[in-house]
Amino acid sequence: MSEIIAYGAPDADWVCAACDRPLAPAPATLTYLGSDFAVTLMRCPDCGLTLISEELALGKMLRVEKLLEDK
Amino acid sequence: MDQQELRDLEARCIQEEPPRCQAACPIGLDARTLCAAVAAGDTSRAWAVLLRHMPLPGVLARICDHPCESQCLRNQAGDPIRIGALERAVAGVAATRARVLPMPKRAGKTAVLGSGLACLAVAWDLCAKGFAVTLLTGAKTLGGRLGEYPESLLPRAAVTAEIERLASLGVTFETGLDRGRLDPKRLLASFDAVCLGGDDPASSHLPPEAFDPETMAASEPGLFCCGIGMGGGAYSPIGAVAQGRKAALSIDRFLQKVSLTAGRAGQGRATRLYTNIEGVAALPALAMADPEAGYSSAEAAAEAARCLQCQCLECVKACPFLEHYKAYPKIYARQIYNNAAIVKGQHTANVLINSCMLCGLCTELCPEDFPMAATCLDARRDLVAKGKMPPSAHEFALMDMEFAQSEACFLARGAPLSPGEGKCRRLFFPGCQLSATKPEAVTAAYAALREIFPGEAGIMLSCCGAPARWAGREDLFDASMARLRSFWEDSGRPEIIAACPACLNMVEAGLPGAKATSLWEVLDHSDLSFPKRSSEAALAVHDPCTVRERTQVRESARRLLSRLGASCEELRFSGKRTKCCGFGGLLSEADPDLAATVGSRRAAESRADFVTYCAMCRDRLAKSGKRVLHLADLLFPGPDLDPAALPPVGVSRRRENRARLKRTVLREIFGQSPPEPGAGLILHLAPEVAAVLEKRRILEDDVRAVIAHAESSGKKFRHRQTGRFLACHGPANATFWVEYSPADDGFAVHNAYAHRMALKEGRS
Repeated sequence: MSEIIAYGAPDADWVCAACDRPLAPAPATLTYLGSDFAVTLMRCPDCGLTLISEELALGKMLRVEKLLEDK
Repeated sequence: MDQQELRDLEARCIQEEPPRCQAACPIGLDARTLCAAVAAGDTSRAWAVLLRHMPLPGVLARICDHPCESQCLRNQAGDPIRIGALERAVAGVAATRARVLPMPKRAGKTAVLGSGLACLAVAWDLCAKGFAVTLLTGAKTLGGRLGEYPESLLPRAAVTAEIERLASLGVTFETGLDRGRLDPKRLLASFDAVCLGGDDPASSHLPPEAFDPETMAASEPGLFCCGIGMGGGAYSPIGAVAQGRKAALSIDRFLQKVSLTAGRAGQGRATRLYTNIEGVAALPALAMADPEAGYSSAEAAAEAARCLQCQCLECVKACPFLEHYKAYPKIYARQIYNNAAIVKGQHTANVLINSCMLCGLCTELCPEDFPMAATCLDARRDLVAKGKMPPSAHEFALMDMEFAQSEACFLARGAPLSPGEGKCRRLFFPGCQLSATKPEAVTAAYAALREIFPGEAGIMLSCCGAPARWAGREDLFDASMARLRSFWEDSGRPEIIAACPACLNMVEAGLPGAKATSLWEVLDHSDLSFPKRSSEAALAVHDPCTVRERTQVRESARRLLSRLGASCEELRFSGKRTKCCGFGGLLSEADPDLAATVGSRRAAESRADFVTYCAMCRDRLAKSGKRVLHLADLLFPGPDLDPAALPPVGVSRRRENRARLKRTVLREIFGQSPPEPGAGLILHLAPEVAAVLEKRRILEDDVRAVIAHAESSGKKFRHRQTGRFLACHGPANATFWVEYSPADDGFAVHNAYAHRMALKEGRS
């Protein structure tokens, strides 16, 4: 499965509040109704807190969710 | 299902029964196909139909006395099809030289005495069976009474052509014989079988003293007869030919030394084929421009086009599922049987088996009550029992059921504030689908029930197990029922009041002894007052298929609608004949596209907004874009100004709703405080943010839960410029994200969004 780059420039404006660290791209897996998708998301290098932006949630992810729900 | 059960089942589907014309024809001519061919102008195919059934078609087609016409269904919508005249028209133009292929020659010398039509038919059939045939007559010319027809109707040349054809097939003709040569008993000495014809004036003094009309066998072994009782005005060409055909078959059996009678009973029985002629416009028979010449080809085509092409397909016409597989229940029963019989190889009927909506409409429409739903459900159980049910077939529905029965959603409580702890006289069972799609309606209905039955009404939030039953998973269904039974017993065997008609059916099946009543009946019989409907536009009532056998529920729903001031219209398929929305039997799992077709076709049956009283029907029909109300929208109106326009509720939302409903009921009715993350947090929402939340169907409680989680765990992001926080929380299915900042007494909410996909743990 090819990795999907799923973060954008605005994501870089967020820092991890607990660790006070800038986020960095990291591989992650999104799953829904038994299907897995490899993606690259912005993540806190210390605690691993991972960001899913509004653009991603309401864009690509929503389209995939609908596809899978109708499957 | 064993072979015998399959045959019994197949026999209940009447689609392959002959049409009335064919059943009425003594030789079983397929007049329906003939009409289709003539209507299409396909003379050679029409002729082939005649040739397949008729001996001497060049003669019989011109003079047949067509008993079929008196039985023609067209008679009930105009005049019967003039089948006799159509045959004549075909014989007049067809390339009548088509050959009859005899069977390989067989041992057996036969003699036919007489040359009338019946005798010629015997000779024709015996010849086609491969026997040597000698036709003997006292007459100088062949044909007997055929010579009495006017030339315009039966040209002498047509008779000659058929006799020549017999000769070319090997029939030997001996004419002008004296009486001595025609003594049947003497002939039996030199022939293996002899047939006497009564319809040849030159031989009519010869009918045997006694014969069996079923086999045409005379008392003397080897002696048969035909053309009997055809004297004077009683002459029937088709009757004569039918006797000849019977006699030829008996001679064949006699020569093979097998039973003359076995398997012949029931020939010519009445057909069971049913053809619905509702809405068929009456059409008179087409008049002939020249009655003496008969129909021209063009006239014949027009007349044949009036043929109704009788067939049943009552079920197929009404059900997109039965239509989809391009056959009819008799064929499907065979496919289902074969599917079960396969040991290795593709189970090609699995999707068919899993696509039946189990709604019972076909059985309702079927003149023979063909049990399609029971057949498919049995087949599902069989697949499950053999471990052959595809795991994906019902996985999602079963997962959803499991969730509805899980700790997050399940709730069972006796009547609140009642003296007997955990007891109740009524148990409200709203069902998992109403809970999932209209949780506010559940709390409102529960309030109504507590008003009607003060101190008596308990509640159980769960799933009745219908998905398990439809999936053939009796084990899971039994487990669902066991849980219900256990609470029902403990709470004092209350009357179960179900909002969903499917639950009602499941309770009846799985909990015999329990009194189960529809919520709509209870509300109908109550004196509660309900708000009047503001709109005067008529609503089309869509009865859920699960109330097909529940007249009282249907009537209660209508009385409630009338109390609400709603004007209603009835769909053509309603009440006992209502149609499924596409959810029944888990069709939407097995074949989502077909389920969508089912929903949109149903929705298109009226331009009016629909109203229904099943949460799944509401959702499935709404999915097609139809404006649909649930009865609860009218009885217990919520904040939505136009509930008919609400979109269907998505999978995750359904789960959130169920889980939240449990918390709401516990908190508001039973005074318990279930862990409600963030309860009491004060939120500040600008109107535009509130609108975003509304559009995205995110509740303030969802937002509170996110903030509470973020603030207690510290898991949140901070924006470099604005200093706002962004955090997420996914207690059940959806993950909610909230952008917020602290305010004096609480939090300001700047944005919120949600997704259903989940981030998989354990990979960093």
